[in-house]
Amino acid sequence: MSVTERRHSAASRLSSQHSLIRFRPRVYAISMQWSDQAIILGIRRHGESSAIVEVMSAAHGRHLGMVRSGRSRIMQPVLQPGNSVEVTWRARLDEHMGEFRIEPVELRAARLMETATSVYGIQALGALLRLLPERDPHPHLYEALTVIVDHLADPADAGELFVRFELAVLNDLGFGLDLTECVATGARTELVYVSPKSGRAVCRAAGERYADRMLALPEFLSAQTRRAADHDSLAAAFRLTAFFLNRHVYEPRGLDVSSARDGFVHAALKALKSHPSAA
Amino acid sequence: MAKRVTGPEIEKLIQLLAKVPGLGPRSARRAALHLVKKKDQLLGPLADAMGEAHRKVRICSCCGNVDTIDPCTVCSDERRDRSVIIVVEDVSDLWALERAGAMNAAYHVLGGTLSPLDGVGPDDLNIKGLVQRVANGGVRELIIAVNATVEGQTTAHYITDQLEGMEVKITRLAHGVPVGGELDYLDEGTLAAALRARTSI
Repeated sequence: MSVTERRHSAASRLSSQHSLIRFRPRVYAISMQWSDQAIILGIRRHGESSAIVEVMSAAHGRHLGMVRSGRSRIMQPVLQPGNSVEVTWRARLDEHMGEFRIEPVELRAARLMETATSVYGIQALGALLRLLPERDPHPHLYEALTVIVDHLADPADAGELFVRFELAVLNDLGFGLDLTECVATGARTELVYVSPKSGRAVCRAAGERYADRMLALPEFLSAQTRRAADHDSLAAAFRLTAFFLNRHVYEPRGLDVSSARDGFVHAALKALKSHPSAA
Repeated sequence: MAKRVTGPEIEKLIQLLAKVPGLGPRSARRAALHLVKKKDQLLGPLADAMGEAHRKVRICSCCGNVDTIDPCTVCSDERRDRSVIIVVEDVSDLWALERAGAMNAAYHVLGGTLSPLDGVGPDDLNIKGLVQRVANGGVRELIIAVNATVEGQTTAHYITDQLEGMEVKITRLAHGVPVGGELDYLDEGTLAAALRARTSI
């Protein structure tokens, strides 16, 4: 091979290397990345220093990712359920778990730890959201979550918002209840029962004969009223959502109702019983 | 394929050492080499000590602590105030509190905290044993010394619910500024908790 040929060959090799170098950033550019607002739902240890964090994000639904050094002293207060964060997810492929970079926005975990309703509440909300498929966006549930986490310390507000949240989760799972009109007569007033069969409201006149088989519809859940929840109506509402969650979700999936939900219901009702004025 | 430089026995030693917390494959290799070099002074006595510990170690049937005797050294200590029980997540927490030496009380090790993401429920923890200890009587105060995490506090509230109606005072550790902590670096939650729990000077 002549000198000229060797030069030409080296130049073409270099040129092909250049093309590889030019190509490399493109490979990185197509790697997966997004940033979003999120609320932390849970944390699991991963190795000695990292953590796998589960968040409910505004546009990317419930999502998991690894946080390197997630168990460091700096990150541990941030990676607590209930905290609002700005999360950046990055992975080479979409199906990978990927890594999170997390920046704190509002650290409310310490406040949540103070009362039984709030500490059980955030865990029960996390358990509810785990019923939804991973990475399935539910922006209205995220919005609802941002509201409810700030009201978890107040048992009446927390109870009512929690029941509405359960109804919204049921709706998103395809088992929504229709509490706006009577399934038998079409009436929109005096709705006091829910049919366990259809999950639709029944008015007093139509449901009286089957009252022993009907579920009670608390007044605060009826579209026609703005009355706040009290102890008895909240207890009835918890029974109502528990019935449909059990039938449509927990039993078919072979799951038990989370102990956090039981704890939350117990704590909220106990607080309302001892301080009825909270309602 | 990489060539082997040691026999299978040493490779196995390295693999097992690499599973110890704080040791990775590289540091396990260094530790194994050190042990092998000091076969008579270190490897032999260490193997004997580990074998002896393996034969004798057990979980205390009373508190869940790890020891070579049952009831454990802490539970059999007559000088301890058994009317006060400190509830901890793990044996390492018991050791940490003992290092602090602030209380001469009995302990109860839960074996973790309620964690829905890890699938740890109430039945996976040593909570029934604790309720039984309190129900047996003689317990004046229960100090729940679990971590200041949402999972830790959920466990604390769950235990409180389980002991509802029993004549026992239930307390928990204070939350606030750690010794040597700079306010500037503390999270808002800890600062707020510290301000609420302020004391007169």
